[in-house]
Amino acid sequence: MGWRRWPGAGFALAMNLPERPMRWAQRRLGPSLAWLFVGPNLLVFGLFTFLPILIDFWYAVTGGTNLLPGERPFTGLQNVHALLACGDYRDPATCERDLFWHGIWNTLAFVLLQVTLMVGFSLLTALVLNRRILARGFFRAVFFYPVLLSPVVVALIWKWILQRHGVLNAALGGTPTDWLLDPHGAFFWTVFVSVWAHMGFYTLILLSGLQAIPRDIYEAAAMDATGPLTSFRRLTLPLLMPTLLVVLVLSLIRAVQIFDEVFVLTGGGPGTATTYIVQFIYETGFAQQVREYGMAAAASLLLAGVLLVLTLLQLRAGRARSGA
Amino acid sequence: MRDIKHFLRATHGRGGADWTDWACYAYLLAGLGIMLLPVLWLVLSSIKSPAGLEQAPSLLPYEPVRMEVPGRPGTLPLVRVTAGPAAGRELLEVRRLGLQSQLIDPADPATLIRVPITDRVPVQRLRPAWGNYAEVIARFDFLRYFYNSAFITVIATLITLLFNAMAAFALSKYRFPGRGTVFLLILATLMVPPTIILVPNYLIAATLGLTNSLWGVIWPGVATPTGVFLLRQYMLTIPDELLDAARMDNASEWRVFWRIVLPLSTPALAVLAIFSVMWRWNDFLWPMVVLNRSEHFTLQLALNAFQGELTTSWNLLLAMTVLTLLPVTLIFLVLQKHITQGIAASGVK
Repeated sequence: MGWRRWPGAGFALAMNLPERPMRWAQRRLGPSLAWLFVGPNLLVFGLFTFLPILIDFWYAVTGGTNLLPGERPFTGLQNVHALLACGDYRDPATCERDLFWHGIWNTLAFVLLQVTLMVGFSLLTALVLNRRILARGFFRAVFFYPVLLSPVVVALIWKWILQRHGVLNAALGGTPTDWLLDPHGAFFWTVFVSVWAHMGFYTLILLSGLQAIPRDIYEAAAMDATGPLTSFRRLTLPLLMPTLLVVLVLSLIRAVQIFDEVFVLTGGGPGTATTYIVQFIYETGFAQQVREYGMAAAASLLLAGVLLVLTLLQLRAGRARSGA
Repeated sequence: MRDIKHFLRATHGRGGADWTDWACYAYLLAGLGIMLLPVLWLVLSSIKSPAGLEQAPSLLPYEPVRMEVPGRPGTLPLVRVTAGPAAGRELLEVRRLGLQSQLIDPADPATLIRVPITDRVPVQRLRPAWGNYAEVIARFDFLRYFYNSAFITVIATLITLLFNAMAAFALSKYRFPGRGTVFLLILATLMVPPTIILVPNYLIAATLGLTNSLWGVIWPGVATPTGVFLLRQYMLTIPDELLDAARMDNASEWRVFWRIVLPLSTPALAVLAIFSVMWRWNDFLWPMVVLNRSEHFTLQLALNAFQGELTTSWNLLLAMTVLTLLPVTLIFLVLQKHITQGIAASGVK
């Protein structure tokens, strides 16, 4: 049997230890034994997923800087009000929590641009990779490789390229630009770098969607002398739509939560130009002198509301995909 | 060569290659450059010395040559004269005065030779600075960060595989009241992104004494909805008769799980293991919240801390970045097919 060949006979031996207690439990519990198997998982989920959701609500309605829930004074909806208090929502400077609103507007702009580019380029790449081309496996691997790199590594690679004396400025010639010190430049590059790093993942999903489309449909279309553009619009796009929807919503959910790469690449700057909403939560709760857990939790819950809507959309899209 | 041409022409069924084929290859080539060149550039830059990094970017690790001359402090840059009476000679530059460069011959340091600055170029030589890597490992506690990252990755993956396989076993092979509810609850956690429970998770980790401990990074993520789902779907395909046969031989339920179901689920376990290794090795936000002391830092945290501190030591930072991406790259080169197939099949990352 397979386990005999596993490396680490000592480990395998150790895993035989539960034998006796489990046998005893089996006699005592009968069919309830199943709970012993799901138990560890449920315990971890309970402690680190379900309980935190409840605590999130308590934090959101309490103030102060104490981490212990019992010692936090109840403040009602004060945190939420503080986050939402704004003279003019379009101008974060008039808001009590200007960083929060900078975060929201920046995230909105980021999501719109990033998701459009992400879905567009993933689709284009998947279409190209789905053709009969030379070295298809190689190219698929090339486009996928950055997905595996850590956000910190991704950010440092691009920081090195984009710096003042970096290779990009040298290649472009002219006066060197500090790409990441210009608000618009920094915003553009956070979008570009995140598309660069994650595009391969969506390409892969779209590719598997494309490969599920039967080839004979295209052969029939070719008989009718349908051009490549028409066959794309009339055949590929409608048949791929369920997968495309999944990719769209999945990339939306991920884009709203952008943090790691951007945090290392720009630190949210220059100024607040690339401060996105998760960075606001992180800084409010953990990086400030005064740790405002309540404010961070309230912002988390507002974010959770948005993500819940997106997830429900994803489930609908997923159902449409498996139904198709 | 003729084969390739034939292949290129034949791509579009009847007739020759049309414009779409050429457009595809142009796109792929551009993509190849954009995807791989940045990483390649990082690797090439990481073997350049600080002096090599300071000058205009060159592909290979060139470095300006400097030499010591008796009677003068420090080292002087070596330049080659390109025009005038001294053309072709390699001399040392003492100083620049306006548009004039004052040079000396190392063999005759007393005589100054004046040359217009446009008539001399710095002499460079190809010298990979492998020392960057040695320095990173020696000076920056690299091995400790590597150990922390490796410990978290390996232990967390083992626990993840065990816990998720146990849950998947119960959910696929037992009928018990509450089974549907449990499965739904586990799937529901897919809807809770880690970013929104950051604050309370920190409280719980602190209450359990897990902050500033590698276990604080490991435990919260060992139960994954993705893993349970993946393994359950796979275990459903294992016939129950196999399990019953083992039970006839008086095997306990643990033995059935450990010696029959688990080995038979190896393909699904492998996919989950690859995912888990990637998640853990690259994890950033949660470790940053839990681990505050630098002796507990993972490679990712150390890299992030250094890029703040060492703005001048890019050569070391780049070498460390390469060392950090190396394990993942090696795994990818070996398991490329399994990784891409696993992701395409399960739609998770």
